[in-house]
Amino acid sequence: MVVVLQRESAKIRPLTSEPIRGEDPLSATREHALEFKNLSMVFPDGTHALDDVSISIERGEFVTVVGPSGCGKSTLLRIASGLETHTGGECNVDRDSIGYVFQDATLFPWRTVRKNVELIAELHGLDSATMAPRVDESLELVGLKEHEVKYPRQLSGGMKMRASLARSLVLQPDVFLFDEPFGALDEISRERLNDELLALFKAKNFAGLFITHSIAEAVFLSTRVLVMSARPGRIVADYDVPFEFPRTHDIRYDPAFAELSGKISNDLRGAHP
Amino acid sequence: MSTDTDTGVSDAAQQVAAIQGNGLPIAAAVKPKRFAGPSRFVGPVSVFALFIGFWYFTHHVLMSGPKKPLVPVPHDVVKDSFLTWNIERGADGSRTGGGLVKLLEGLFESVQVAALGLAIAIVLGFVLATLMSQAKWVQNALWPFLIALQAMPILAFVPLIGTVIGFNFKARVMVCIIIAIFPIVANTLFGLLSVDRGYHELMTLNGASRLTRLIKLQFPAAMPSIFTGLQISAGLSVVGAVVGDFFFRQGEPGLGRLINLYQNSTAYEQMYGAVVMSALLGIAVFMMFGWIGNRVVGSWHEKRSS
Repeated sequence: MVVVLQRESAKIRPLTSEPIRGEDPLSATREHALEFKNLSMVFPDGTHALDDVSISIERGEFVTVVGPSGCGKSTLLRIASGLETHTGGECNVDRDSIGYVFQDATLFPWRTVRKNVELIAELHGLDSATMAPRVDESLELVGLKEHEVKYPRQLSGGMKMRASLARSLVLQPDVFLFDEPFGALDEISRERLNDELLALFKAKNFAGLFITHSIAEAVFLSTRVLVMSARPGRIVADYDVPFEFPRTHDIRYDPAFAELSGKISNDLRGAHP
Repeated sequence: MSTDTDTGVSDAAQQVAAIQGNGLPIAAAVKPKRFAGPSRFVGPVSVFALFIGFWYFTHHVLMSGPKKPLVPVPHDVVKDSFLTWNIERGADGSRTGGGLVKLLEGLFESVQVAALGLAIAIVLGFVLATLMSQAKWVQNALWPFLIALQAMPILAFVPLIGTVIGFNFKARVMVCIIIAIFPIVANTLFGLLSVDRGYHELMTLNGASRLTRLIKLQFPAAMPSIFTGLQISAGLSVVGAVVGDFFFRQGEPGLGRLINLYQNSTAYEQMYGAVVMSALLGIAVFMMFGWIGNRVVGSWHEKRSS
């Protein structure tokens, strides 16, 4: 709780793209916001999902993992969040400061948008006085303020995903895990949500770990793109994405964008069994 | 929905969505309802007309000679049971008194039995389903017996229950509980257990306890299913009240006992009247629970509100 309150004050400080280490008492004892060290995962049924994966992510970094279906990308997120326990190596992260955005929006259909956004904060025992301004802020950030009284069934796929994002934002986590959140959306909504996610990333300066099948999405969003091999998943390529922030829609048509996408695409071909 | 009605981004996109008609899902959901009004009644009314026609046909054509009184015509049933306030005991002593007042007394008696039986079945069923949802072994232990309770012929047990508990109000309520509890347990349990994994993981990630999970996730998620169970059980509780009563030849006469009495005294007009009254009661409680269900989950549950 103390940690969360301190972060509240940190929010007011002018936002920079530099990682803010040292202000967070927990990350002072932690080298990285999220770190996998020689991580491996073998499921009880013998499935070898991950093999010797090492990734470290700081605040202000947005890392995307692309890879063939079933290569263990999602397992990475499930381990980071504690939903699964890895069988080898290390996973260092502050589990109290994780925002997890699922593939499905997983909104409660009986709650209005606002009540849905309140859910996680509610589960963490935030009192309504602390919660209300944060919920307002989150809803405004994703552009759902005027839709807060609607029920999920009245929302489009993109709006549902926004509500899901807003729900994770309320606790102001350091680390955001995204498990193919826009995979089910049409192209236009997806690009629009990509733009908004970038804006959020720059505003909140979290450490992001994003899973996707879309190379364009990976390059557009990330500061770094990792390519994972087929099972057992290993990191087979690692690219820094050179584009400056704030990124606009136009960089998708930049020759450098196409070149990088091409390289990643080639690596992915190699990664397929 | 293919078009996104994303907000705060592009007005043009919103306009496109609105033009395509899926920008306002609420309006779309309300629209067909407005026109469904009169046509809603065409089906039930036609079936009712057919049924009444068949009734007359049975009396006039299918029944002959001494059998004719067994199926009195509908208008006689209505006249003797609903339009006549009170019929004194027949002069020859072979008829029990009848009329609306007797029916209403029977109805009042049966409603009490059904209401109390249903209330107990709801509470008990809810508790059982909740316990079963929390531990697999409880579920395994109870399930076979609930199925047995559901499958056994209640008629065979009614006299036994009467003998053991006495042919009183308590025994009538007991029959009601036995017959009404299964759909409540089955539907509640199904609702509690069929919450998608993603929702459970969301709760796990945020450190929700079992109780929190149950209250914030499982119970609300189970509501539509619970109301389906309640609706079925409400109808069954009326059956339980009437059937139990039918075999109990003592105590205050409910609708079941009236049916039995009228049958024994060959007052078939009144007997059919009592049957009709039971049916009306069944329909009333079924609709009542449907209405309550709509009030509770209609705002968010797609199947109910559309």
